[in-house]
Amino acid sequence: MSLAVRFRSAVSLLGRFPALAGVDLDVAPGEVILVRGPNGAGKTTLLRACAGLVGISSGEAEVLGHDVRADRQAVRRKVGLLGHAAFLYDDLTVADNLRFAARASGSSKAAADAASARLGLDGRLRDLPAGKLSAGQRRRVALAAVVARQPQLWLLDEPHAGLDAAGRNLVDELVREAAAGGATVLLASHELERATALATRSVLIAGGQIRDGLLSPPTSTPIVDGATDPPPREAIHVA
Amino acid sequence: MWRDAALVAGKDLRVEARSRVGVNQVVPFALLMLILFAFALDSDREVLVKVGPGLFWVAVLFAALLGIQRSFVIEADDDARDALRLSGLDGAGIFLGKAGAVAVQLIALEMVLAVGVIVLYDLRLQSPVLLLLTCVAATIGLAAAGTVYGIIAAGLRVRDTLLPLLVLPVLAPVLLAAARACDAALAGTPSEGWPWVRLLAVFATIYVTFGVVAFGALLEEA
Repeated sequence: MSLAVRFRSAVSLLGRFPALAGVDLDVAPGEVILVRGPNGAGKTTLLRACAGLVGISSGEAEVLGHDVRADRQAVRRKVGLLGHAAFLYDDLTVADNLRFAARASGSSKAAADAASARLGLDGRLRDLPAGKLSAGQRRRVALAAVVARQPQLWLLDEPHAGLDAAGRNLVDELVREAAAGGATVLLASHELERATALATRSVLIAGGQIRDGLLSPPTSTPIVDGATDPPPREAIHVA
Repeated sequence: MWRDAALVAGKDLRVEARSRVGVNQVVPFALLMLILFAFALDSDREVLVKVGPGLFWVAVLFAALLGIQRSFVIEADDDARDALRLSGLDGAGIFLGKAGAVAVQLIALEMVLAVGVIVLYDLRLQSPVLLLLTCVAATIGLAAAGTVYGIIAAGLRVRDTLLPLLVLPVLAPVLLAAARACDAALAGTPSEGWPWVRLLAVFATIYVTFGVVAFGALLEEA
């Protein structure tokens, strides 16, 4: 069975800074992986690398059977990324934003409308410009855009951030539904208790490297963020 | 590619229709330029008639700069450019869509400005086919070259001030050729205008081809 994510000594440079400094990671299809780590550890870069949004300078990186370096577009068509930004056009309505996101990724208008309803964005909200939404509502629209894409790999960066209690519960439901449907989920979060309950396994990233959980079973006791000293990044040599 | 182009063009035009930046700011800006030129040269009506085509294209050029900047500002807000990359849309399709949306807006602007120069500068339209083809070829060239340089500048902090520096020298041949072709059309000597239209067509073809080939890579680097 091919892996959903396979990284070997993957290095990603932001300028001259190695944001990923030799990542080794295997993720099987259907897993829900919690990516833990202190601020600046490389969690966001890891998710963006999985989406083909940051380059891999050296090493190997395969996502859903595609080489991220050689076939970035094929990877992108199969993943959904919930990033820090909502990726919305402020002048377009919620419905327009979702329909564009869905159709651009090859999904249907019906999928966009279904996602909108699933995230509680129907009714009055659908016709509001995205620029008029609150931060929490924008987060819901961004999540709906991911749902509308019907991705095989969900990349969720702090998915609970900015949401109310109902929204957080909805995120949990969506993650469970996605995993039950066979999709793989990578989840970066500082909300360890909630995220650990969702995850089938967790990995700790620090200093741009996976420090724990490469091929390990689910971690029952979360490691406190920042507890592990990152390795000196100057020591990383890029081919 | 064409499906992606239609999707992106539709999105950009919808954004502009909703924001009304074009109608409320770009069109008044271009009309204001025509009026200011008219004030500056009003004492010599003959000069105004003579330089009218050039002034028209100067107004179009500066308005085009605003439109091109706007086309990339909407992608910079809220990291929407990442969403565009992540969408898996074809780079050539994105280029054609964005350039197409800019071109549609420019054509609309040129129609308004044409009324402006007729009223303010007392120009009489002749050789409509030459005028029409000049406008089409020049607009495609402006939109294509502007979109190419727009994406080059898009990832830079100084993009707002850098874009005019990059684009204006490149678009100088369009300004020259379009003004000369319109001069010839308005003077009733269309045969003198066709070589300039051919130059506009070559310019447009070069930049459309370059954009189709290179825009995807430029978007990745932006």
